[in-house]
Amino acid sequence: MSSAIKDTQNMIEEVLDAYPEKAKKDRAKHLAANDPSGQCSACQVKSNIKSRPGVMTVRGCAYAGAKGVVWGPVKDQITISHGPIGCGQYSWWSRRNYYNGQTGIDTFGTMHITTDFQEKDIVYGGDKNLDAALHELKELFPLAKSIGILSECPVGLIGDDIEAVSKKVGKEFGCPIVPVRCEGFRGVSQSLGHHIANDTIRDYVLGKGTLEKTTPYDVALVGDYNIGGDAWASRKMLEEMGLRVIAQWTGDASINELGIAHKAKLNLIHCYRSMNYICRHMEEQYGIPWVEFNFFGPTKIYQSLRKIASYFDDAIKERTEKMIEKYKPHMDEVIAEFRPRLEGKKVMLYVGGLRPRHTIGAYEDLGMEVVASGYEFGHNDDYKRTYPEMKEGAVIMDDATLYELEEFTRRLRPDMVGSGIKEKYSYHKMGVPFRQMHSWDYSGPYHGFDGFPVFARDMDMTVNSPTWSLIRRKR
Amino acid sequence: MKLKIKDHNELFQEEAYCKQFEGKKEFENGPTEEEINRVAEWTKTEEYKELNFKRQNIKINPAKACQPLGAIFCSSGFDGALPFVQGAQGCVAYFRSHLNRHFKEPMTAVSTSMTEDAAVFGGLNNMLEGIENAYTLYKPKMISVCTTCMAEVIGDDLNAYIRTAREKELIPKDLPVPFAHTPSFVGSHITGYDVMMKGILTALIAGKKDEPKEKINIIMGFDTYTGDYHEVKRLMRTMGVDFTLLSDASATFDSPNTGEYKLYPGGTPLADAADSINARATISLQKYSTMKTMEYIHKEWGQNAQVLPMIGVKNTDNFFEELSKITGKPIPKEIEEERGRAVDAMIDSHAYVHGKRFALVGDLDQLLGLISFLLEMGAVPVHIVCTNGDKKFEEEAITLLNESPFGAEGKVYINKDMWHLRSLMFTEPVDYLIGNSYAKFLWRDTGTPLIRIGFPLFDRHQLHRYPIIGYQGVINLVNWVVNTILDEMDRKTMNTTSFDVIR
Repeated sequence: MSSAIKDTQNMIEEVLDAYPEKAKKDRAKHLAANDPSGQCSACQVKSNIKSRPGVMTVRGCAYAGAKGVVWGPVKDQITISHGPIGCGQYSWWSRRNYYNGQTGIDTFGTMHITTDFQEKDIVYGGDKNLDAALHELKELFPLAKSIGILSECPVGLIGDDIEAVSKKVGKEFGCPIVPVRCEGFRGVSQSLGHHIANDTIRDYVLGKGTLEKTTPYDVALVGDYNIGGDAWASRKMLEEMGLRVIAQWTGDASINELGIAHKAKLNLIHCYRSMNYICRHMEEQYGIPWVEFNFFGPTKIYQSLRKIASYFDDAIKERTEKMIEKYKPHMDEVIAEFRPRLEGKKVMLYVGGLRPRHTIGAYEDLGMEVVASGYEFGHNDDYKRTYPEMKEGAVIMDDATLYELEEFTRRLRPDMVGSGIKEKYSYHKMGVPFRQMHSWDYSGPYHGFDGFPVFARDMDMTVNSPTWSLIRRKR
Repeated sequence: MKLKIKDHNELFQEEAYCKQFEGKKEFENGPTEEEINRVAEWTKTEEYKELNFKRQNIKINPAKACQPLGAIFCSSGFDGALPFVQGAQGCVAYFRSHLNRHFKEPMTAVSTSMTEDAAVFGGLNNMLEGIENAYTLYKPKMISVCTTCMAEVIGDDLNAYIRTAREKELIPKDLPVPFAHTPSFVGSHITGYDVMMKGILTALIAGKKDEPKEKINIIMGFDTYTGDYHEVKRLMRTMGVDFTLLSDASATFDSPNTGEYKLYPGGTPLADAADSINARATISLQKYSTMKTMEYIHKEWGQNAQVLPMIGVKNTDNFFEELSKITGKPIPKEIEEERGRAVDAMIDSHAYVHGKRFALVGDLDQLLGLISFLLEMGAVPVHIVCTNGDKKFEEEAITLLNESPFGAEGKVYINKDMWHLRSLMFTEPVDYLIGNSYAKFLWRDTGTPLIRIGFPLFDRHQLHRYPIIGYQGVINLVNWVVNTILDEMDRKTMNTTSFDVIR
């Protein structure tokens, strides 16, 4: 064991001392010093396991995964939060999945629609009124292409048969009515919600769309939720390299696009965590290969573009090289502008499903080093992809609690922390530069050639804001 | 910065992107422009309104949240209190992010992270381990427990669970652990505030009954304006009244930046809250968010318990007159002067507000206060939409409207949502809209200028730091209302001869 790993392990043990015995034992499995080579067996973290009760976990639930991530951004579907009022209220347009369309007429992304369960629904069952609710929606929103029923905790507990209602009404309407069993108590985090939602896309929508003609260059852009327009920035590059994006999943997605993705020649997957399930299905069922890519920062963008091009003919490869040549000067310009101000700065990341590893390259392009990284709801395969990206002895943290984040911050003294809204303001109080890496702090896009300059600008404004130095700290 | 960097605000207006959006339509299989326009126009009609108002089984853009959010907000205002939610963990993540987004402040709360096994066997184990972990790690002075709908559906018995935790000595004997059952399928966030307040007071006052003291309790209600908390404290000091503020959320949601993150930045001291049973009287500034609490204080404590809302001039007048009666202290000159300044502001600005027609959406107590204020200004409240409103509220709002000739057009819609309001604003247009950040969708659809007052306010910064209560609050309300009207007037006259510098 190297000294870097040993030092980090000692630090982790010190932090863990505050927990009661049982919680300490459990948390120890989720925190480790990084070993990029994979030789050190003690350096692997456990993941996708229940959070301990009573500690401030950052995690959400299956409903959050299905609503906020997978189904919520499908713009021409009406998504019902089926159950009591809260879940739909709190998840209402909180992820900035940009879309084009006229809201309330042909698109519904920024709306909050719910069956608003009352006590009588719990006693007598909420499926009685669901049929009527679907009819009311069909009347008021005739252009909706589909209705998704996302069940909240009580629906599963009282045993409502939403599948039966969906089946009946779906036949009547002649459009998909999709029951999504994403009750919040299922599974250990958002992650199961992604899986459940993927399965419903597979069962109710995939393969049912219309596409008149296909070309050898058809691809589907999967697992990009178009936060701040990310998917559009990615699509722009894919189109410029000569590919035809026939489906965009699920930011700015339409039901038809979900229905024709199986006609793509290649699936391009951005958020592996939330969408690998459906890619695997399309591979098995339709023989469509899939490839992971990373459009954060020029280094990873060039690599990814070349990797994607390698699946196609020389014409595409040539266009790709030309495109890289065209944009490289601009990327170099961005780096020349910002790198001097960011060189050597240390970053700590704690985000959801892919950013803890995907953004590392972009930080490195700016001369910054990621000293700690972790996932709210990553699985073993996410961590396997992360270890080689990180330096030896860096902190790897799974399902970190607010307490751990604070303690690691004290000890590692990062110049910047990237995490979510729940962490943002405690970091502001600590006086540690902070950037929200779920929603890009209402900025973006961060993907692609158009996104990197925004990313660089935002990291610079975070680290180098004069406001941090105004804090009059207690001695 | 040398480089010109374009973010989403500019990028997607560019030709390359506009072309991309056009091209993407090939795969979207969407309706034609013609169809979209036809349906869009139809949604503005009487016919659509009727259809919209007929629906019974679905809410579209409702203006309410669920009980536990109110409960943990209430708990947060007590010093050293850790809000502890028995249920599935996603809820607490949502409560925290919702409050984070409104206040731009950290929010402490823990969940017992119940999953499938708890659904089958009950949540006792989660409670026991949760309470031990929470106490050991976060060292609270009080753990205030409420539930999510999951715990309520499976019937977790908080009282018994907490007793078990005490018997197993997972927490110190004297640690207060108040609790409240807060199912999300009953009431709304204001109900949750109410039952948690009652739960906390019940737990803290046990065995504290003593000689009555010359002080009064003030309960804020579900008030998300941190400015209001500072304002009440200032006014009480100006009156020379000894008081206890229940619960003081300003410490938690408006704490100074000192480079140090505090889990418990302050709030109502637990000893003061415990002593509240010995006060001379309790005044609540909100009726509907403190109903059960006030009934409890009146019946069980035998205290003079009054609801004295403080939004608008008449309400504030009434507050000080009653406070003066209760305490025997005269209203000081400073407060009388403040009143004079507020009235002066209203008179100076009245011409622009007079006769203007308003739509309002929000919480019960706030709506009543705003109606009262608008009527005082000579404005005309037209559509009043309250998703969590009940019959009592409806009656009270109608009575209030009937007291003024300016209230004649006002109609109150309880249990209705912002999609109902959209229909109303198309079929009977108004000049201005008052609501929270989500009301901006109505602003966009109908072109009615929005004055942001309410909860949540996500898309404008710092508004919640200004008081909306008392005479200072009146001045702020005048400011927001009249200056929105003037902004709109400037926008509309930009290219006309009426583009005036002095208004």
